[in-house]
Amino acid sequence: MRFMLLFSRQGKLRLQKWYTATAERDKKKMVRELMQVVLARKPKMCSFLEWRDLKIVYKRYASLYFCCAVEEQDNELITLEVIHRFVELLDKYFGSVCELDIIFNFEKAYFILDEFLMGGEIQDTSKKSVLKAIEQADLLQEVRKLPHNMLCF
Amino acid sequence: MSPSVRLQEMIRVIRSARTQGEERGVIQRECAAIRAQFRQADNGGRSHNLAKLLYVHMLGYPAHFGQMECVRLIASPRYNEKRVGYLGAMMLLDENQDASLLITNSIKNDLAHSSQYVQSLALCTLACMGSAEMCRDLAPEIDRLLRASSSYIKKKATLCAVHIVRKVPELGELFTPAARALLAEKNHGVLHGAVILITELCERNAQTLVQFREAVPELVHIMRGLVTSGYSPEHTVAGISDPFLQVRILRLLRILGRNNDTASDAMNDLLAQVATNTDSSKTAGSAVLYETVLTVMDIKSESGLRVLAVNILGRFLLNNDRNIRYISMTSLQKIVSTDHNAVQRHRGTIVDCLKDQDASVKRRALELSLALVSAINIRSMMKELLLFLSTCPPELKSHAASGIFNAAERYSPSQRWHIDTILHVLITAGADVRDETVPNLIQLITNASQLHCYTVHKLYRALVADISQQPLVQVACWCIGEYGDSLLQGDCEETEPIQVTEDDILDALETVLQSHMSSPATRGFALTATMKLTSPRQRGEGGRIRSIVSIYGSCMDVELQQRAVEYNALFKKYDHMRAAVLEKMPVMDRSSMGQTNGESGGGGVQELEPTKPKQPEMMVAPQPASQVGGGEGGGAVFLYIVYYGMVTMDPSVAPAAVTVYDKSGVVLKLSCERPLDASQTITLTATNTSDHDVSSLTLQAAVPKNVQLQMKAPSGDSLPARSSAVVTQTVLLNNPNKVGPGWAGTPG
Repeated sequence: MRFMLLFSRQGKLRLQKWYTATAERDKKKMVRELMQVVLARKPKMCSFLEWRDLKIVYKRYASLYFCCAVEEQDNELITLEVIHRFVELLDKYFGSVCELDIIFNFEKAYFILDEFLMGGEIQDTSKKSVLKAIEQADLLQEVRKLPHNMLCF
Repeated sequence: MSPSVRLQEMIRVIRSARTQGEERGVIQRECAAIRAQFRQADNGGRSHNLAKLLYVHMLGYPAHFGQMECVRLIASPRYNEKRVGYLGAMMLLDENQDASLLITNSIKNDLAHSSQYVQSLALCTLACMGSAEMCRDLAPEIDRLLRASSSYIKKKATLCAVHIVRKVPELGELFTPAARALLAEKNHGVLHGAVILITELCERNAQTLVQFREAVPELVHIMRGLVTSGYSPEHTVAGISDPFLQVRILRLLRILGRNNDTASDAMNDLLAQVATNTDSSKTAGSAVLYETVLTVMDIKSESGLRVLAVNILGRFLLNNDRNIRYISMTSLQKIVSTDHNAVQRHRGTIVDCLKDQDASVKRRALELSLALVSAINIRSMMKELLLFLSTCPPELKSHAASGIFNAAERYSPSQRWHIDTILHVLITAGADVRDETVPNLIQLITNASQLHCYTVHKLYRALVADISQQPLVQVACWCIGEYGDSLLQGDCEETEPIQVTEDDILDALETVLQSHMSSPATRGFALTATMKLTSPRQRGEGGRIRSIVSIYGSCMDVELQQRAVEYNALFKKYDHMRAAVLEKMPVMDRSSMGQTNGESGGGGVQELEPTKPKQPEMMVAPQPASQVGGGEGGGAVFLYIVYYGMVTMDPSVAPAAVTVYDKSGVVLKLSCERPLDASQTITLTATNTSDHDVSSLTLQAAVPKNVQLQMKAPSGDSLPARSSAVVTQTVLLNNPNKVGPGWAGTPG
């Protein structure tokens, strides 16, 4: 996966994760263009489109568009499943997630994403273990200072 | 969670800003506050300030001053600060920033941290934004983690290794042994990462690929376990056991089985099993089936298996889910050249997809349909394609038009059908066709001599109906110019008769000339066509035509003006040459055309019709010549000779000597010798029948860029009186590209 974007129907970016080194200026341009292209699509249309030399897989959940850019040899259908899995994780964590949750807790959304995907690939195919790890990390955040002999799980 | 309140408060304030200006104001204030906070010593709120900055960054505002703060926070002993620091690093620092190197040491320390969550942060950041240098530095650490750590860390280290291999392929060798061992893991996460790592290693190094071929049985075993195992709630999605892992393994098998019989044999049964047993009612199952099909088609599989795969794709084509239809067409596209017949069986469904609402599906269907056109199905396919062309979205029109032309050229059952098809395309999508369509069509028409009457009737009708499609208008004008006599005759066996008078034709051409929709090239076509109608075989009446042509003698467009002036000259002084010049164009040969139609051409004397005339046509438009002085030294005589036409290759033609100047007893003749290849020799012969000598006779010649000129020395430079001697001069013309219009020569 090259990058993942979350944006609202009004064209506001809610999350962006880039897995390849891209200049800031180029990122902005690509985001703008891609948002335009995806937002122009009608509801019943195909979830896949070709944009520049990339394959774009997107899906709309309520008011948010989840949009991934994958390589030529990647499987688009499984990418749809990856997006769905991420939504399920957010849902479980926030309890019936909505766009506002992601706006006001954007850093947590990133933490969840970083526990789920790394370098554009899935880390763990088990929903349960991803959620457990996030829970544990959150607990750790409450502790003021890390003790030296922290137990590993 | 109380600590984030200040961040959430800021977000609320920003969101409540009513205008862009107000928002900017709020953000400027916040950024100023954040900057001030950064400069202070540690006050417990550092992570919140950075988080605020990251939010502002996401809105699109500059946040580079936070980079050093990220570096500082990463080095903090507190987990919450580290977490935000690493997040900031991933968002603000990329390998192009210098500050990114500063965190290498922190990452190194954190990789060895006692808390696995800290290790996780470091691994994640390295995998996200690690530069080649950082990767080189830390690769040994990653390798260590691959071998001896918990599953939690192993799975992350594997993906980090994937990133390193992508960035610095040479380091792949370092990870190969560890990767091999990881296949024995039971943890799905680690296994998934391991398969990805092995895939990357094999793709980049041929030797590693050979090495890992030995792992095929192991992979098959794992896969079989997944497919036949019972329900595992943790990993199952829609009834499929861990589709993510299955897809990954299938992809690795594809790479290992490619071009290798042994490996392909080993996986054959498994692939058949997966293909038959996987339930594709949901996306997860379809994803696995899709990957299976891709693998089957890419390795050396048995024919039975291939048929099975194509059938799966055929089933996908009928699926209600648009995504699946799209996927299936993408795959069919990849195999249409190798398994053509198998794909042909699904032609009906594919053609139906041309009518789908979705533009992506339409595009795929178009590509596939064009690939499936053959001599047998050309008529029915063309019907569908032409129907598609009239309703397709604008971005596909050009591609569809050129595809149709190619198909028509390869498989057209008859010339008439071919011409009809091209005309249909021009009428429907004329604006989107490529430039060379016009010359190609013209060449086609001239070759179909029995269809001239039919063609010109059809084109005339089309022209009268609509003059907005430039290529169509150009072809129509050309045909009317050439075959206008058939049009005037009125009856034609292949189409209904129509009463057309000369005035009607001229009306149509005039409309084209005057319309603002006509491009300059089109006007050129129309003007020449008008002129051609005066040719005796067309029985054109000169008066109206002359007036039309002379109007353009003062046209703003230089090209048109030049033509009009020359044509006018044909009426006035060179009436005797008019018939010859306006002869019907001969049949053209494809190879002589090296030029697109006038649209794209540059300056110079434009070639109106790509042509290979049987004789060099010459036209002379004289300009006022200063008198040949009586007496010695006489004035210079200027002649402006315009020579249209190309070097002819036809050896049967005996080029005639043409008199180009005949005044006051001085006669200049130009004769062309039989040409060889692309060169032509022209001899100028000057004779003087007057009573006075002419001295200082020189020939100057200019040629367009594509023609090379070589002038030999004249035999003399003075013409004695009363034809007692002649002066000759030879000029060699070389036209290596066999294109190009004319040249101008001036004897001085």
